[in-house]
Amino acid sequence: MHKLIRQILKTGIVRHPPSARPEAPPEGCAEGRALVAQLGRAITVRHVDAGSCNGCELEIHALGNALYNLAALGVRFVASPRHADILLVTGPVSRAMADPLRAAWEAMPDPKRVVALGDCARGCGIFTANYATLGAVSAVIPVDIAIPGCPPSPETIREAFAALMARS
Amino acid sequence: MSPIDVARAVRWTRLPGPLPIDHGSVDSAQWRAICAQCRAEGGRLAALWGSDERAAGQGFLVHAIVASAQRRFWITLGAGDADPRFPGLGDLFPVASRLERALFDLLGVSSGAPDTRPWLRHEAWGPADFPLRRDFARADPMAPGAPPYPFVAVRGAGVHEIGVGPIHAGIIEPGHFRFSVVGDEILRLEERFGYTHKGAAKRFEAMGLVDGARLAGRLCADSSAAYAGAYAMAVEALSGCTVPPRALWLRALAWERERIANHLGDLGALCQDGGLAFGHTQFGLLKERWLQTHDRLFGHRYLMDAVIPGGVAYDLDAAACRSLDAECASILETTRRLQDIVDDHAGLQERFLETGRIDEARVRALGGLGLAARASGIACDLRVNTPLPPYDRLQTRIAVRPQGDVAARVGVRFDEIYESLRLIREVLAQLPGGPVRVPCDGHGGLFGVGIVEGWRGEVLVAITRSPSAAAHHVHIHDPSWQNWPLLEHAVLGDLVPDFPLINKSFNLAYSGHDL
Repeated sequence: MHKLIRQILKTGIVRHPPSARPEAPPEGCAEGRALVAQLGRAITVRHVDAGSCNGCELEIHALGNALYNLAALGVRFVASPRHADILLVTGPVSRAMADPLRAAWEAMPDPKRVVALGDCARGCGIFTANYATLGAVSAVIPVDIAIPGCPPSPETIREAFAALMARS
Repeated sequence: MSPIDVARAVRWTRLPGPLPIDHGSVDSAQWRAICAQCRAEGGRLAALWGSDERAAGQGFLVHAIVASAQRRFWITLGAGDADPRFPGLGDLFPVASRLERALFDLLGVSSGAPDTRPWLRHEAWGPADFPLRRDFARADPMAPGAPPYPFVAVRGAGVHEIGVGPIHAGIIEPGHFRFSVVGDEILRLEERFGYTHKGAAKRFEAMGLVDGARLAGRLCADSSAAYAGAYAMAVEALSGCTVPPRALWLRALAWERERIANHLGDLGALCQDGGLAFGHTQFGLLKERWLQTHDRLFGHRYLMDAVIPGGVAYDLDAAACRSLDAECASILETTRRLQDIVDDHAGLQERFLETGRIDEARVRALGGLGLAARASGIACDLRVNTPLPPYDRLQTRIAVRPQGDVAARVGVRFDEIYESLRLIREVLAQLPGGPVRVPCDGHGGLFGVGIVEGWRGEVLVAITRSPSAAAHHVHIHDPSWQNWPLLEHAVLGDLVPDFPLINKSFNLAYSGHDL
């Protein structure tokens, strides 16, 4: 146990530095502010991988590390869409995931918003619509906010959520 | 005629490139005989797929790559035109069963195997549509009213089923797991995939060979450098292009860094699932800093677009090499300290030891490979068994643990982090000078193959070019094809609540599998 405590003390408190690089702002943030006005300053997110390459998921995981600490903004990932305010969707929507995605969205209580994360989900990734994919999240459910990137960096995603959480 | 004589009758052609592999066109008797001989020698099926060469008058072709201890053979069999068929290999290699189902879903070439359930096909296209046929051009709405997928039922008093997925509780890729359980004990697990199938092979056909590297690096993000590397090797073999030595060494650097990034992330996640949040925080920070270095010196956090046909897209100056070397020293020290804590943590070890066991004989029978096989005592590692430059100069020490449980898969990850750190420092010390890329646009060969020992295992890319038409077909094989069935066996007798931990200890690919 003493080794564990020593390592915690050695690591100290890691703080997220101010963003070093200007990134493209998320599309549709004004809409997001209205949502926060309705929901308060703690939001719950259900993630759905609709056929991504797992790159966006790796960065969502990274948001949970001590550096980005997304939870400190008041954002929490939940297991059930019934508990979620926001549906965070990645991937170009493979046709096999279209029904599960729609089912998850329908299970969410109102008011609810959809964030399309990454270029594939926005409809401008390397996977275009074909026999196996629909090509964008907006082909299945209405999208409120889109975050660009392949994959979007944790800074970009964090800033998008910070903008969502800002008091308007 | 004995199987060996049958194989001798084939005209083998050594394919260009550093990988020792022979290609031969075979008839159906030779097809079976060569595979049977490979199986008898303890070899395995590395990949099985098909291509539509009707435009060149060859009908449909079925390809297999089989590997024994030292040698690899790529065999191609004509499957006919109107009602294409070939002799299946499921009795020799269990992995062939799913590969043959996928082959039928995409190309409509039948192996005659008894299990005719779709594997990659869900409702997106109908049972009589075959998207990889070159005359397939539909993008219709989904086929409505598809029947439910028939899972194998387990009968008996008190048995019930738990269906999980395709959307999982956490932030995970989509797939379905069907458990048959009594109480909490798992009697059977059946996997169902294909949810992330994006038609990548069709997409490759519409891209140039060199440009396709961008797509290859975006099929399975955690293995981007390995995928792009194997793809680049295949394109280079087709083009007859010789990669400069500095680029080969820089590629090895990227692959070893990719291995470490994933192992750090997995160790953190395994600590989390085992109940030690401290480990998740610590390994998460190490991985994050490692990825930031990727971004700073290689241009992308997950090394996308870093490896390209003809070389690499980045170069390192002396200062960058020094900083990478110092980072290795620092990671080594911290990881050793963390392993000390993990090894001493009774609660964590209680979860890891004896959980999700699969023994060597079972892994061999299933043709398992890569990290999971090494954790069940099998010494398979391309970097050691067939070391391609620069690994021929690096003397990689293989990490093998015999126990086959979660603890062994954790142990192999620690061992491989230390070894990869050593390899990176060797690469930095010996890095040759010269250019880092050459043009790669020749069009010589018809068959090109590339294999990289990615962090999960061998990632294989095979490209065929049609002799007459200006068309090519890209096939990518992820080691998860071989290793997903291992998980079905590893969980037997374990408890349902241990499944996330066992699954994480394998951490297999969904998107990379569903191609």
